[in-house]
Amino acid sequence: MSNSKLTRRGLIKTGAVAGAAGLTLPTYLRADGHAGFTNAPTGDTVTLGFNVPQSGPYADEGADELRAYELAVEHLNGGGDGGMMNTFSSKALQGNGILGKKVEYVTGDTQTKSDAARASARSMIEKDGAVMITGGSSSGVAVAVQALCQEAGIIFMAGLTHSNDTTGKDKKANGFRHFFNSYMSGAALAPVLAANYGTDRKAYHLTADYNWGYTTEEAVRSSTEAMGWETVNAVKTPLTQTDFSSYIAPVLQSGADVLVLNHYGGNMVNSLTNAVQFGLRDKLVNDKNFEIVVPLYSRLMAKGAGANVKGIFGSTNWHWSLQDEGSKAFVQSFGTKYGFPPSQAAHTCYVQTLLYADAVERAGSFNPCAVVEALEDFEFDGMGNGKTLYRGADHQCFKDVLVVKGKENPQSEFDLLEIVEVTPVAQVTYDPDHPQFSGGNLGTCNPGA
Amino acid sequence: MFGLTKRDSTLLIIVILLTVLAPFILNPFPEGSAMAQFNAGYPDLMQRLVIFGIFAIGFNILFGLTGYLSFGHAAFLGVGSYAAIWMMKLLTMNVVPAIIISVVVAGLFSLLVGWISLRRSGIYFSILTLAFAQMSYSLAYSVLTPITGGETGLQPKVDDPRILDGALAAGQTPRANFFGLEMGTSYELELGNWIFTFNAGYYIAAIVMILAFYLSIRIFRSPFGMMLRAVKSNQQRVNYTGLNAKPYTLAAFVISGMYAGLAGGLLVAMDTQVGAERMFWTASGEVVLMTILGGAGTLIGPVLGAGFIKYMENIVSKINKSVLEQWFAFMPDGIEDFLIAIVYPFIGKGWHLTLGILFMLVVIFLPGGLVEGGQRIGRLFKRKKPSDDAADGKTTPAE
Repeated sequence: MSNSKLTRRGLIKTGAVAGAAGLTLPTYLRADGHAGFTNAPTGDTVTLGFNVPQSGPYADEGADELRAYELAVEHLNGGGDGGMMNTFSSKALQGNGILGKKVEYVTGDTQTKSDAARASARSMIEKDGAVMITGGSSSGVAVAVQALCQEAGIIFMAGLTHSNDTTGKDKKANGFRHFFNSYMSGAALAPVLAANYGTDRKAYHLTADYNWGYTTEEAVRSSTEAMGWETVNAVKTPLTQTDFSSYIAPVLQSGADVLVLNHYGGNMVNSLTNAVQFGLRDKLVNDKNFEIVVPLYSRLMAKGAGANVKGIFGSTNWHWSLQDEGSKAFVQSFGTKYGFPPSQAAHTCYVQTLLYADAVERAGSFNPCAVVEALEDFEFDGMGNGKTLYRGADHQCFKDVLVVKGKENPQSEFDLLEIVEVTPVAQVTYDPDHPQFSGGNLGTCNPGA
Repeated sequence: MFGLTKRDSTLLIIVILLTVLAPFILNPFPEGSAMAQFNAGYPDLMQRLVIFGIFAIGFNILFGLTGYLSFGHAAFLGVGSYAAIWMMKLLTMNVVPAIIISVVVAGLFSLLVGWISLRRSGIYFSILTLAFAQMSYSLAYSVLTPITGGETGLQPKVDDPRILDGALAAGQTPRANFFGLEMGTSYELELGNWIFTFNAGYYIAAIVMILAFYLSIRIFRSPFGMMLRAVKSNQQRVNYTGLNAKPYTLAAFVISGMYAGLAGGLLVAMDTQVGAERMFWTASGEVVLMTILGGAGTLIGPVLGAGFIKYMENIVSKINKSVLEQWFAFMPDGIEDFLIAIVYPFIGKGWHLTLGILFMLVVIFLPGGLVEGGQRIGRLFKRKKPSDDAADGKTTPAE
């Protein structure tokens, strides 16, 4: 795609006449630094595109993401209590929009399908003149939209996407991920598992049969095997499976004493419920208590599985019970506006929006290449995960990872997980050319136009 | 014209005019106005409208003529897409080989599926095709991940072989083109407050659709088309007259599969990405909806139906609460909130609901689809004339 134009709307607003031939203005006529890239905002507003699942299996997460985006826009435009803008280590944001332009937004429904997500993102770019696209609750969608944004010359700030591939083999120069990934889950979980369950365990994996499942299984396997665990078997389960009893029965015969459920969303709710109902957790195998592990937790999943999550370990990107200043400020303003605490999906989307706005402020331009430069190797703090680095080599954020456990005595329907350990960032850092992330090519930033 | 009757020529010309002038027709509202939300004249949607038009035209050749309801047509679309993207990755980013191979591969796959499924008719046929489509979806989603990219799908990458293309300049990404003309190239015409976008990819897809439409008229009017209609009205009778219907139905199935493959190839040409969801059963259901909504068995119906559904999906789903607030801002607070509360469930994520209601209304009141609606309006105007001229009003025989 080469939209050799400024935004359609922006053009009208400034009254720039592109000539009867409809040709682009010659470069020398444009204000430097504010044109020469796709959808350069020319009026006194800037449009961001929030592309989240509003229907389909992750609609709950999408709704929470949208709440976070609305809150972020409010804060950027100077409304509300400012949330994390007050705790953010970079002080470039003034609460007067981005570069003095009021932030407006358009929304779209990804339906958690890459086709629909791309159609919706393209309409934001081509019709609404969005200069940045963000959101999504699945890696397939993130990878698809990221590639589109790279082609169109738009910045993509990924929402919830946990597969290694987003910043691994499918990484793109115009795409950035704040959320953590499968590798980090594995690296953070392994030591906690060793400390609680010992180092001579036999693990049995049930893995959702798609890309995210594969990378998560690989990550957890390699980290647990590195500390002495043995992987007895790894079975793939169809994504559409709702009853996992037939997969759970063979677990007991295999001699394994730990079950790892590489499942997400409804899959995890069902498989965990089945496993607990089978009484796996009351069994003694090899003279050890049988245990279950869920590599990626979310509050919404914990809610679905109810009492079954009690005492089960997993990892998460962020949790509202964190006590640092940034998290408290965010929970405070989200809670005031909506009446309940935010999920980790809401957190990552909120942070991504602020990070983008801040990068534009620091770069002094909306030009994607300037934004990329401002975000690469950017270190910040006060956004809820401690000191964080946006690594330039793969556009992945490196920060502390939370290991959590299902709470034994939840106080409310939101208070389902308790933080067991905050794994320091050093422990989850890897080389950009780590085998689990190899095969990608970041390329160079594309400003479009 | 081109071996068509006068009526069919008129229809063809109407379709040509509609597609050529689509950038104007779909952008009726000036930029910046409140109604600009309903403008659909941007490249992505225009491309989708004609591509799904092709898909529905092809589906109509099978369903409209033979009455065989395939519930797995999205599989051919998906197979065509995968073939096209592999062509782009391996051979060249030029869309021509990609589109050709997508038609060929989809044709072969539909031959296999049709050969098996057409042993049965009616609901059993539908279920068989549905089973095949779901099987293809599951294979693409997980088992065949090395070939299909699984959940993340396939996109052209900078380091793909592309043996016919030269090396990319540094910092360039591979882009689909037609002998150097990039699909995304747009030319924007500004008239007052209106902006009209003429997109290269759209016009390529539009030309293909016009050709596809022409071909479908010829099939409808041919002796072969007549045989297919015979199968639809009474297959037993066809058998008793000593004719074997299977070659005809199989041919219709394969043609229709090739149309789907063509649509799949074009989708990749316009937006270089394939995901397995393209083959999910809801995608198969969608083309059935398009055809029925527009008018099954009519020539132009499926195109209208496809346009209608894609428009709803892309435009209505993007209206959110803040847009509504803008619309109703001029009203007193209480009424504004009330109106927003009433309209809100039908927009944004509620577009499925709106579409469902409209579909029900069409099926109940216009069983012949949108085409019947058009005919009724047409008749409304025609009827007046004879009643004016003929005093007795009995010039037409009762049927």
